[in-house]
Formats: sequence, structure tokens, C-alpha cells
Amino acid sequence: MMGAENKGHDYEEAHLFASKEEMESLLLHEHPFNSNSNGNGNFFSSYGSAMSSSLPDSHHPLSSSVATAILTDSDPLLSPPPYPELHGPSSHDNSYIEPPSYADVIFSPFHGEDINSLESPSLSSINSPMSFSRTSSSNSEYIRITVSNPQKEQETSNSIVPGGNTYFTYLITTRTNIPEFVATEFSVRRRFRDVVTLSDRLAESYRGFFIPPRPDKNVMESQMMQKQEFVEQRRVALEKYLRRLSEHPMIKKSDELKVFLQVQGKLPLPTSTDVASRMLDGAVKLPKQLLGESTVAPHEVVQPAKGGRDLLRLFKELKQSMVNDWSGSRPLVVEEDKEFLEKKEKMHDLEQQLSSSSQQAESLVKAQQDMGETMGELGLAFIKLTKFENEEAVFNSQRARVLDMKNFATAAVKASRFYRELNLHTVKHLDALHGHLGLMLAVHSAFTDRTSALLTVQTLLTELASLQSRSEKLEAASSKVFGGDKTRIRKMEELKETMRVTEDAKNVAIREYERIKENNRIELERLDKERRTDFLSMLKGFVANQVGYAEKIANVWGRVAEETSGYVKESI
Amino acid sequence: MDHQQPPWSVSGSSQSPRSPSSQPYLHVSVIDPVKLGNGVQAYISYRVITKTNLPEYQGPEKIVIRRYSDFVWLHDRLFEKYKGIFIPPLPEKNAVEKFRFTAEFIEMRRLALDIFLNRVASHHELRQSEDLRTFLQVDEAVMERLRAHENGLFKKPVELMQIFKDVQSKVSNVVLGKEKPVEESNAEYEKLKHYIFELENHLAEAQKHSYRLVKRHRELGKSLSDFGKAMKLLGSCEGDSLGKAFSELGAKSEVVSVRLQKEAQQLLMNFEEPLKDYVLAVQSIKATIAERANAFRQHCELAETMKLKEINLDKLTLTRSDKMREAETEYNQLKQANEEAKRRYDDMVRLMNEEIVRFQEQKTLDMGVAFHNFANGQARLANNIADAWRSLLHKLESC
Repeated sequence: MMGAENKGHDYEEAHLFASKEEMESLLLHEHPFNSNSNGNGNFFSSYGSAMSSSLPDSHHPLSSSVATAILTDSDPLLSPPPYPELHGPSSHDNSYIEPPSYADVIFSPFHGEDINSLESPSLSSINSPMSFSRTSSSNSEYIRITVSNPQKEQETSNSIVPGGNTYFTYLITTRTNIPEFVATEFSVRRRFRDVVTLSDRLAESYRGFFIPPRPDKNVMESQMMQKQEFVEQRRVALEKYLRRLSEHPMIKKSDELKVFLQVQGKLPLPTSTDVASRMLDGAVKLPKQLLGESTVAPHEVVQPAKGGRDLLRLFKELKQSMVNDWSGSRPLVVEEDKEFLEKKEKMHDLEQQLSSSSQQAESLVKAQQDMGETMGELGLAFIKLTKFENEEAVFNSQRARVLDMKNFATAAVKASRFYRELNLHTVKHLDALHGHLGLMLAVHSAFTDRTSALLTVQTLLTELASLQSRSEKLEAASSKVFGGDKTRIRKMEELKETMRVTEDAKNVAIREYERIKENNRIELERLDKERRTDFLSMLKGFVANQVGYAEKIANVWGRVAEETSGYVKESI
Repeated sequence: MDHQQPPWSVSGSSQSPRSPSSQPYLHVSVIDPVKLGNGVQAYISYRVITKTNLPEYQGPEKIVIRRYSDFVWLHDRLFEKYKGIFIPPLPEKNAVEKFRFTAEFIEMRRLALDIFLNRVASHHELRQSEDLRTFLQVDEAVMERLRAHENGLFKKPVELMQIFKDVQSKVSNVVLGKEKPVEESNAEYEKLKHYIFELENHLAEAQKHSYRLVKRHRELGKSLSDFGKAMKLLGSCEGDSLGKAFSELGAKSEVVSVRLQKEAQQLLMNFEEPLKDYVLAVQSIKATIAERANAFRQHCELAETMKLKEINLDKLTLTRSDKMREAETEYNQLKQANEEAKRRYDDMVRLMNEEIVRFQEQKTLDMGVAFHNFANGQARLANNIADAWRSLLHKLESC
């Protein structure tokens, strides 16, 4: 009776953002219900009777036409059919017209960037909101670094470990208009070891600054992960790191970074020597230091005591720090400021809150992701149902249901897509939290720079004081003996010389300490300002995002609600 | 009037008693769930109110107390008696949930029982059932006795069944030469059976995902709330206008979170439950399909046996054996039984054909309502969320 009618019609595919495989296997067809094959326009009025107040008795025989066809073909002479009332006038319309809303206005700064990368798994190509908010406000200076094209290479030079040692290099491309750089666009190949070198040299040159931390070496993970995954992860991390470096106002102009980004071939920065040679170095120097023959040269004071090389200095400073801790005697230079200590406290607090916020942000993102996924799965389940009912339909009531289900399923899949887009943007915005949490590491090491510089000063002051007292003792002793004791005179001269050198070193150390303090201060100010800008931008972006997508989702469902409003009217 | 129209089920007949008394009406409702008993013995009792002007009933209004197993009794009786009709499904027994008896569970069960009873009362055949009248009117003590009776394996012997059982014992499968059960060869019916079985799978999947969606709403609500709290604390590190902005974000997050939790509940009641009901209805149809297969088989086997008896009778008639009279009586009995079986089977077929039409129509209505409620709920939720965040955005922009 009714089964054969709707086969053989032309169908359109509905475009839904479901996965490609699913789309291929489940074609969602739309009936162009203006078919002429159904001559009459009978509409079954049995529903009318079901709705009426009398006891439902017999059903009118269901007619042979498709009720929903009436959308285009309604014959005003016939009694208004219930089904078309139930499906409002817009059910035919499958295209989704976006109303102007926050969605369009707010998203424009990001959209240009993101359209291409929306479907891509890695978000690294999306500019972090941090850099975005700042470059737009600064003086039209522009630098953009991309890391790509990992390649496997063979270790050619002799290394301690024989045999084919392979490593990966990455192509680092820079685009900039900063005049200090040689060109506007250039690329180099670097390996991870070079990045470690860069990071170490920067740490030395920029003591007291908040230098973004470099990616971890991840030795364990590199064994455990698939090579490709690991390399990709590393590529993303490197890009993030280099970009952060290029955002720092001092570091972006640094020699180290310039050299790293521009010089072809081997990286001409002094490498951090390996542990063995450093130990050797230190072992050689130690006897001299113990015999008092070598002192801490003033220029060396500018660096903190490092392992191997400065064993003696390390011991002295360690002793000093213990004195500071345990003796209770006031060290000669006090860590001044209550202000600094307060600030440190605040930073610690901030770090804790950042950590917890960062975690909750991750959970939120996951929950949004899950919502989108499940909505999509629900939609797909109904698409399958629609297809099934459509194929098996015997009654017109089924066909009407097919239409309802299709509208519903389409809306669900659309909403699912919106949730996923919402999430992509949310991730971007909330990244400010993760970013600033990462910077806390930089803050730590900058504060450590300051502490160790202070320790050096204190150590030298203590040293100076002890040299002074030795000198005084010698003086007192020699004044009792008449005539010169040649050795004693020589000793006194040597002591005076040592004191002079140590005095110089002390002055250098104090200058260094003051310099680092100043760097700390400047950086704290800068960080606070940037953090506030970034966070404000994050809040605005996050909220605008939520508004925009909520509006879109409301529209999608509003239409379905309208289309099915007929059902509810009947049941009241 | 204390009857609440079930939000998602449209029944044709629940009529307001204010309709003119000349119109016959039967109006039922299940209300006031009360938890009784303790521990493992705990159960819920409901009040069942009947308002009617039908003469078969004792009066215009009757209130009785019933529990879940009483509904099961009614359902089973209807299933036995009205073969071919899709008996409305009951909510599942769910022994595990029973222990917890949350307010949510109790209300959902009450609603489902109310819908069940209303569907029975509005079905043109089922509403005339004597068992329904019993269920709606007898007092608890009588009901308990009836229920206990049924739970024992004691079943009233039906004459036809008796004869059939006798026949079965006399006729061996070897003689009949049939190992496989007899099945109808009806293309349209085959199609229907296939449809019903497939439909259950699809619906079950849809229901699974909608249940998950309910959970997702709850999860999103919770994580948004936690996020808001963390942001508030973060804001206290910043101070002044930025700190205030964080604080407001935290407050709004909480508002949205609460709204999400509400929607989760709505979704459960207005969409997941109807879907579950749909699945149960399809399962009820499967039970009817099984019954029809039984009826068909009975009819076939009786017909076969009758033929054999006829052959035997003819033989005996020719030989004028004195066993002839006995055989004749037996044959006539079988003939009657066979006619009865055929009548039952034909009734079932006819009823099923009507029922399937009614079922499809009903389900289109029910799903239409469900889709509407879902879409409406989601649209409202999204609009509320947009409004909440929008008000915050204005404040932020002035920062």
C-alpha cells in the first residue's frame, strides 16, 4: 500500500560534521516532497481524532500520500492535516543561517588564524593569547618563529659511544621585521642539544630575569614513546619555547638568540661542558685554591659557583649559608626587603592558585569535549534510526517520525560540532593559565639567581673580615719583634694583596647583586603587567566564547523546538 | 484535581471529569508514593485513584493502595487474556535501585506506573478488562491474596490447554515428522518481525547515548563549578579590578553549573525515560510475537492431529469396530479445539494488525513530544547560559 512510493526519488546529502567514514556509510536523504507521483493530497486525519476529546474509536484508513509533502503542496481545500502543523514551516530548510551575534564579532581576531587549523590535532600553530595581546599593543615589532620538518641525521664526529648514533634536527624558521636581524625571513637546522646550550647561555647572561624554561630532556619518555609521537611532541614544545623567548623584551634582542636563529651550520655558542671534564677542571683547581694561591677572580664572581670548577668556592659558600641559617648571627648583608620577601610569598601563593586553576581548566576542557562527543554519538544513533525507519517504513506515522528524527539528529550533530569548536577556543584562552604557571619556574630561578648572588657577597664579606683579622694579628705580632722578619713581611704583603683582590671581588659581587636585584624588580613589574593583560584577555575571550557558542547552540535547538511544537500543543 | 498529565506521554482518553456526564469516562492516576517496611523488605506503596461514570464500577470515585507487584499482577493477567494486544510496558523491576530508593527513583517509578495505568485505561479493549476493575477497586487484603495466588505456580486450567496437553502426550514428534517448530509463511509478517527486532537494537543504542548525555551535563556542571572556585581563589592573588573580574567569573560559573544540573534532570525525565519506555514497548511486542507463534503452532498441530484422528475414524467406521464411538467423540472434541485454536489465532492476527498501526502512531506522538522537550530544554539552557555570560562580558569590557 504505502511501501513502494518513496523509493527512487532523488536525494540530497545533508552535510553534517560527522566523521567521514560514518558519513559515507549513512547517507542522510531528504525527500523532495513535491512529488507528483502521489496524485491526491489525502492527509490522514486519524491523528485528528486521536487528539480530540472523544474516546478513540476506529482509525481512519491511512492514506497513501506522504503527509509531509504538504509543506509545498498543501491544498487549502482539504482539511488541515495534523502532521504539517506539527512540523512547522521550516522543516524543509536544512541550511543553517547564522544570525549575527557575539559569535561573529568576537571571533574575528582568531578566526583568520584558525580556520585552517581547526581540524588539525596540534594546536601549536595557534598563537597563544599571551603573545597576541602584547604584540598588538607594542610598537609594531614583529617576530614569529616556526619549528617544523623534523629530520633524522647521523652522528658523524667521533663520540665516546661508538656506532651509528642518530638524532633529530628541526627546521627553525623566523619571520621578523626587527632591524637587529639580518633578514626578514630565514631558517636554520638545530638539534635539541643546541637548544639546551642556548638555554644555559641565556641563564648565565640574564641572571635575575624571568627566562622561560626550556622543554625537558625527557630521556625516559623518549625510550618509551613511539619515535614519531615523541618527535612531534618535542617539535611542539620547541616551538612554544622559542616563541616565548621571542616575546621577552630583553631576550628577543639577545645575541644568544640571534646567533641561534640565524647562524647556519654548527651553533657557535660555547657548549655546557660535560660533567666529566668539569669535574677534572675542578679537581685541578682545588689544590691551588686550598693553598691559597688562587683566589676567586673578580670576573668569576659574576657567575654563581658551579659544580666541578669552583669546588672551593662552593664549600665556602655552603659554609656561609650554614652560618646564615644556624648561627642566628646577622649576616653582613641582610636580605633586605620585607618587600621582597612579601613578594616572594605572593609569588608562591600565586603559583599554587595557578596550579589548581590550571588543573581545573584541564577538567573543564575534558568535560566540554565529552559533552560534544556524546551529543554527536546521540545524533549518529538517531541518524541510523532514521535511515532504518525510512527503509522499513510501512505507515505514514513512521514517515512523519523519520522527519522528526532527522531534524533532531541533524541538530544534535550540529550542536556537537559547536561544542568541539567551543572547546578548541577554550583551550586557547585558558592556555594563559598554563603559560603563566610555566613562567613560575623562571621566577624561581630568577629568585635563586638573586639568592646565590647574595650568598657570594656574604661569603666574600666573611672572607674579607677573616683576612682583616689575620692581617691585624700579623701586624700585632710583628710589632713585637724588632727588625724585619723577611718571611713575615712577605706574608703581610701577600695578605694585603689578597685583601685587595678580595675587596675588588666583593665590590664586583655587590654590583652584580644589585644588578640582579634590579633585574628582578623590573621583571616582576613586567610579569605582573603582562599577567594582568593576559588574564584580562583570557577572561574576556573565555566568556565571549561561551556566549557566542551558547547562542549558536540555542539557535539550532530553537528551530527543532519550533518544528516540533505541534506535538506539545496537542497534548495539553 | 490532583492528576498530573504525564509530560511525555500522550493518551487519548484521560479526560477531565468536568466533561458532560453523558460522555463515558474512566480516569485513573497513581500518586503519593510512600516508603514502607525496612531494609530488604522495604517497598513503596502508591495511591491509585479512579474517577469514572461507567456502570461496571462501584462508584464515581475510588481510592486504593497498591504496590509494584500488584501492577505486575495486572500486567501479567492482561498479557494472558488479551493475546495479540501490545500490553503497555511496566518500568523495570530493578532490584538494585530498590535498595537505594532515592527520591528521584521513586518519582520516576510513580510516573511510569501512572503512564502504564493510563495507557491501559485508554485502550479500547484493555479498559474493559475485569482484572483492571479488580485492580482498581478491591481492597489491599484481597489484592494481596490474588497476588499470592498468582505467584504460586497455580494456574487455572483452561479447557483448551487441557486438550492440547493431552494431544501432545499422545502424538509423538516422530509420527508428525517435525523437529522444527512450525512458522507462519507470511512475507509482511516476516518483515514486521525483522523490523521489531532491529528496532530494539537501534533504540537501545539511542537510549544508551541519551543516558550518557545526562551524565555529561552533570559532569560539565561539576567541573565548571570547580573551575569557578579555583578562579575565584586565583583572583584573590591579583586584587582590585582584575581580582573582582575573577570573582565574578567564579560566581557566574556557579550559576551556570546549577543550571546544567537542572537540565540533566530534565533530560532524564523528559527524554531518556521516554526512550527507555519505547524500548520496553518494543520488547512487549516481541512477547506478543512469541505468543502469536505459540498460537500458530498450537493451531497447526491440532489441525494435524485432527486429520490423523479423522483418518483413524474413517478406518474404524469401515470396519464397524466398537472403538468407533469413542473415536468419534474424540474426533469431535479435537475438531472443536481446533476451531477454537484457529479462532484465537485469527483474533491475534487481526488484533496485532490494529495494534501495530496504533503503536506506530502513538510512538510518533511520543517521540515528537520527547524531541520537542529535548530541543526546548537545550535551547532554554543555551539561552540561559548565554545570558549569564553576556552580563559578565559587559562588566569585563569596562575593565
